[in-house]
Amino acid sequence: MGKTILTVDDSRTMRNMLMLALTGAGHTVVQADDGQHGVEVLAQHPDVEVIITDINMPRMDGYAFIEAVRREPGTRTTPILVLTTESEPAKKQRARDAGATGWIVKPFDTEKLVAAVRRVAP
Amino acid sequence: MDSIEVIKQGYFQECEELLLAMEEGLIAMDSGEADAETINAVFRAVHSIKGGGGAFGLTQLVGFAHGFETVLDNIRSGSLSPDPDCVKILLRAGDVLADYVNAARGGRALAGDYAADVVDGLAALAGGGAEEEELQEDPFTNMGFTPVTLDIDEPQADTRSGGWRIWFKPSGRLYAKANEPLLILRELASLGPTEVTSDISQIPPLDAFDPDDSHVGWTIVLNADVPRERVEEAFEFVHDDCELDIQPITAAVPEPLPFDEIPSSPPAATTPTVSAAVELSAKSDAAAAPGAPSPADAPKQTIRVDLDKVDRLVNLVGELVITQAMLSQSVSESGLARTSTVGNGLAELEHLLRELQEGVMAIRTQPVKSVFQRMPRLVRELSAQTQKQVHLVLEGETTEVDKTVIEKLGEPLTHMIRNAVDHGLEAPDDRVAAGKPAEGTVKLSAEHRGGRIVIEVSDDGRGINRTRVREKAVEKGLIPASAVLSDEELDNLIFKPGFSTAGQVSNISGRGVGMDVVRRSIMDLGGRIVISSNPGSGSRFSLTLPLTLAVLDGMVVAVGEQTFVLPLTHIVESLKPREQDIQPFGRDRTLLKVRDTYVPLVNVGALLGVAGADADPWCGVVILVESEGCGRLALAVDQILGQRQVVIKSFETNYRNIEGIAAATILGDGRVALILDVDGIVSRCRRQVGESNVQEIAATGTGP
Repeated sequence: MGKTILTVDDSRTMRNMLMLALTGAGHTVVQADDGQHGVEVLAQHPDVEVIITDINMPRMDGYAFIEAVRREPGTRTTPILVLTTESEPAKKQRARDAGATGWIVKPFDTEKLVAAVRRVAP
Repeated sequence: MDSIEVIKQGYFQECEELLLAMEEGLIAMDSGEADAETINAVFRAVHSIKGGGGAFGLTQLVGFAHGFETVLDNIRSGSLSPDPDCVKILLRAGDVLADYVNAARGGRALAGDYAADVVDGLAALAGGGAEEEELQEDPFTNMGFTPVTLDIDEPQADTRSGGWRIWFKPSGRLYAKANEPLLILRELASLGPTEVTSDISQIPPLDAFDPDDSHVGWTIVLNADVPRERVEEAFEFVHDDCELDIQPITAAVPEPLPFDEIPSSPPAATTPTVSAAVELSAKSDAAAAPGAPSPADAPKQTIRVDLDKVDRLVNLVGELVITQAMLSQSVSESGLARTSTVGNGLAELEHLLRELQEGVMAIRTQPVKSVFQRMPRLVRELSAQTQKQVHLVLEGETTEVDKTVIEKLGEPLTHMIRNAVDHGLEAPDDRVAAGKPAEGTVKLSAEHRGGRIVIEVSDDGRGINRTRVREKAVEKGLIPASAVLSDEELDNLIFKPGFSTAGQVSNISGRGVGMDVVRRSIMDLGGRIVISSNPGSGSRFSLTLPLTLAVLDGMVVAVGEQTFVLPLTHIVESLKPREQDIQPFGRDRTLLKVRDTYVPLVNVGALLGVAGADADPWCGVVILVESEGCGRLALAVDQILGQRQVVIKSFETNYRNIEGIAAATILGDGRVALILDVDGIVSRCRRQVGESNVQEIAATGTGP
């Protein structure tokens, strides 16, 4: 079943890549440019079932965004996947501490991405 | 183009924006104005370029960006302080990164040792700090895969077996991160038949029950011959938020142990879950409070729109304005009073339409920043090549102008900045000798003035050497040796085609393509360029450009039954000719004497075959225009109707290209008027009267 997925990333390229891969797998995608925007989009889209977020973003970074999502009663149990790279284990840990459900290692291929989504929201 | 290719093109576009943002931040760092957010923004830009590059397998680019990013990260975290030498390397690294992006965009690879000095410089900056950091992070590296505690009592040989017995008890934190044990059980079930037993023995009595903690565990017997990694993978996201024990089932132990015998001792280092959860929430509250951005910080929201859509809108609004004008005219002709309801309504409509038109035109505008931002790099390179010290000052970067104008501004501005550094500024020693600071200043500024944009390039160099300009002009036959010229006229000689004063050919400004090319591109944009110079203290070029290319300031003239529009930028003056000033020259040519000089006279009506045009120019008006290549030209028309702004309608898209006609427009009364192309008229009459004649006439133009 296709999910409604929110992708939060300040890089347009990354948003486009995510959009292509996720819609290709039958998911519906809503996008946000940064954490602050992500919070706003979530408020308008209570139907979001999975969140995929970057860490380094202007205005509100990924950690603050994850914490904000977890604070909100409506999204406390919404799975959040963080985009991270193999060389940034400390970042991954910090994101986990903030409440991230899982992670996707960049650069990702479609299969890896879709599998990660399936793991948290089949 | 497939989707990936489209995204890749988008990536390169985004890179351009990111490189600009990066450069802006680096320049702020250079001038010591950078705050933490500036450095963050530079880091993010490089990080995003690297991230996208990774997605498209641009290894060279990613490799360089990684080194760059490491240094920025160190600055960001405060372990490296950005002193001037460091920023210098960063600026160079920014340029090199741009080169990598461009190479990748063109599908090229750069030499393996490309910009090795910058790579070394970055490595030196990253220095010991980076290694230390890597060591520090190392323990985490394997985290996502193998829980260390399990390997201790589990020999590697046992990675396959007849099945697995798994003890899994989530902690409260697992739930807090929105992981779902049920999904993990399902994933395990997808590997093979499972038997799951739950352990509810640890559920506390109600008065001691903590609803946020987890009290239930499961024993899962998985009867499938799958590798251990496959089982561990199911727990990838949760292994450090639960008690987890994975044991192979061997043939020797056919019966699963009853769960009370299963070691309930957690696999080593689990923290008390309740206190951890409390700590986490307390921490997150504290961290979020200062991070919450105020609405004032929010950047402007933008959307990206296809330029074609905007142009269609601009066109439609143009049509709307015309329709409104026609409507107004017919209403006033019908005798209705201006104060009538219809008149009032029309006045209101006109007012709203003007606002609408301005608003729509504004959509096409962009700050000149995108062009100005390229100049610091240029100046850095020029300064290195010429051994001159140059300080570039940018002003008015936020001034907005039509996107097309901006796109076409880059080249002339680059050329002018090159000229300013190469020819304008003196060598440091000469400057000091002249009592000036060793460092020269080049200033680039933009501002709105009277509905147009004025861009100025000025330097505090030696100014224009008028004696040399004069000698050169005489030598090249541009002016007669006896000509009496004002300082201003002398200065403007440098815009003449083929003029170049550089004593030596330098590889920077080159020769041949001089200021005449700059002037031409500015004129193509409907602009003008003037120079003012002060010997010894510098020169200043002022460009005046229209804010948009969609409208044009024109002189509306009547020729016979037709109405034409002449671009105002080409017009020098208009006059009423006297019969005795018009002299035939050769068989079918005519000259007009204008204050002791002769200019070729062209009868527009006859040239374009307009019916009903006055045959004799002295009955009408003559407009002197400046053309490219042929100097001045006198155009004979019947009557000047007025000056107005017209909306340009492309001729080519609606009909076809006609020599001598630049475009069309629709006047307020609904009539179509053609916009004349002065240069096209020159080549058209050149063909009509014979190839060389106009040239000849032009050559005689400076004096009989």
